[in-house]
Amino acid sequence: MEAMTTQDTTDTLDVARIRADFPIFDRHGEKPLHFLDSAASSQRPIQVLAMMDEYYETTHANVHRGVYGLAERATEQYEDSRVAVGAFVGAPDPSREIIFTKNATESLNLVSNSFARGLFAPGDKVVLTKMEHHANLVPWLMVKDQMGIEIVYIDHDADGYLDLDGLDAKLDGAKLVSLTLCSNVLGTLNPVKEIAARAHDAGALVVADGAQYVPHIATDVQDLGIDMLAFTGHKMLGPTGIGVLWAKAELLERMPPFLGGGDMILDVRLDGYTPNEIPYKFEAGTPPIAEAIGLGAAVKYLSALGMDKVRAHEIALSEYAFRRFEEEFGRDLVVHGPKNPLDRGGVLSFAYRNVHPHDISQVLDQFGVCVRAGHHCAKPLMRTLGVAATARASLYIYNDESDVEGLIEAIAATRSFFG
Amino acid sequence: MQGLEDLYREIILDHYKNPRNSGQLDSPPAHRAEGYNPLCGDEVAVYVANDGDRIVDIKMSGQGCSISRSSASLMTVAVKGKSVAEAREAIRTFKNMMSIHEAALGAEAEDQVGPADLRTLGELAALQGVVKFPVRIKCATLAWNTLSQLLDEIEAGESN
Repeated sequence: MEAMTTQDTTDTLDVARIRADFPIFDRHGEKPLHFLDSAASSQRPIQVLAMMDEYYETTHANVHRGVYGLAERATEQYEDSRVAVGAFVGAPDPSREIIFTKNATESLNLVSNSFARGLFAPGDKVVLTKMEHHANLVPWLMVKDQMGIEIVYIDHDADGYLDLDGLDAKLDGAKLVSLTLCSNVLGTLNPVKEIAARAHDAGALVVADGAQYVPHIATDVQDLGIDMLAFTGHKMLGPTGIGVLWAKAELLERMPPFLGGGDMILDVRLDGYTPNEIPYKFEAGTPPIAEAIGLGAAVKYLSALGMDKVRAHEIALSEYAFRRFEEEFGRDLVVHGPKNPLDRGGVLSFAYRNVHPHDISQVLDQFGVCVRAGHHCAKPLMRTLGVAATARASLYIYNDESDVEGLIEAIAATRSFFG
Repeated sequence: MQGLEDLYREIILDHYKNPRNSGQLDSPPAHRAEGYNPLCGDEVAVYVANDGDRIVDIKMSGQGCSISRSSASLMTVAVKGKSVAEAREAIRTFKNMMSIHEAALGAEAEDQVGPADLRTLGELAALQGVVKFPVRIKCATLAWNTLSQLLDEIEAGESN
């Protein structure tokens, strides 16, 4: 099986060639599919699907257990994926520092639960932003309920930029800062590198939520200067059911385990247990083996495209969308968050006249245009925007100008019902 | 956009743009209940002033899509001035119409919401098209579930 066919040597992404790798664009039905909801979950290329099929058809056995050849090969493929995924985000010691989870949400819950089991004391301060996804908010609120930590929030301005005035006061005495690299609603790319440096000066650890960032922008955990990074496979061409936590090895050594069970122990007695070495200490039970291998194929696919080209493509397409929105709708259409495409990811949450996002999404569906409508698991942020919901179009490697035009045509059609 | 014409009927768009009985009643003495759709953030508050068994006034407020708002508006018109028992019957008939199960039964479903029921429903029948868009059924039933809960509370004497 040749996993990589899309080795692109030009300066820009060849979208037609990329789309040919994604069966869904041929097979979903009659109408052209304008899939603009990759921020919720991306599609996946044949290379990922074929890799998972091949694994199940030729290799499957449980990992880290059998001494027979099949089990050894399964273990080897699983561990190879760990290293590939770690290399993709610049992990210095990927075979020890990458933990496979179910999704980014579980990765963040792993961190919050582990810290609550020995690294936090009541009254410890955790700093978040007001634009966090519920996945990076509720786990900390649960720890607050459980043991009385203090949560302090970094605010943001009307254009979606974090307000760093007074940051040092907020960081003073903080134990941990957890924030998103890219807002799933506003698209804002936060200055995590600067915040991480200032947090470290204050003695705080830094967790980054990379769910909307790692799939789209070349990521180097060492350059960002963070301590932990959570992200998920299904937003970056991989399967569902596989997420990732990267954390510095010395930190993982100190962190108590999260889930207990098989594979995460060195020894179990009737009165206690000895946890396994990292990363296995955090991987209880049979892991999502095929999904990890699929994610390994996904990062190979993205690396072959070149993450710098992926980013350049999304900036160019965002610029195109902003320009065309302005031409077609003027002030009738407002995109939330930063207006400069360089300051944002390809997540375009918008309001169009007074048409409710549900109604926009419903009309768009008739045109084969898929967007997300709702609160995007960010209710506190929705309240600060003064809306109950937004419609969100998000861009990825298989989108091009025709998708933006399809979106515009469909938005215009809402006027036949809603004036 | 044939399918959409079934969903966005004129009556629905009219109630969306010009909602009836929109607003609040002082509570107490009126009774009040809130409903939320956690998936999409839609909210509705329903206020009922009753005189014994009769709903003498009803108002609704909140925010939501055209289906959720128009359904709330149509509901207030349907039950205002009615007895609690009649309002419960209207809720039952409406929720029957919204049942995916019956829609899936095709021709048989039409027997179940028969002509007599449709007459009872009046303008509410305009919401029938929602069943073809299963995701939107929760939008249409939000206010009705809230009213149902409010009537329970009134009868249990728990509401303020």
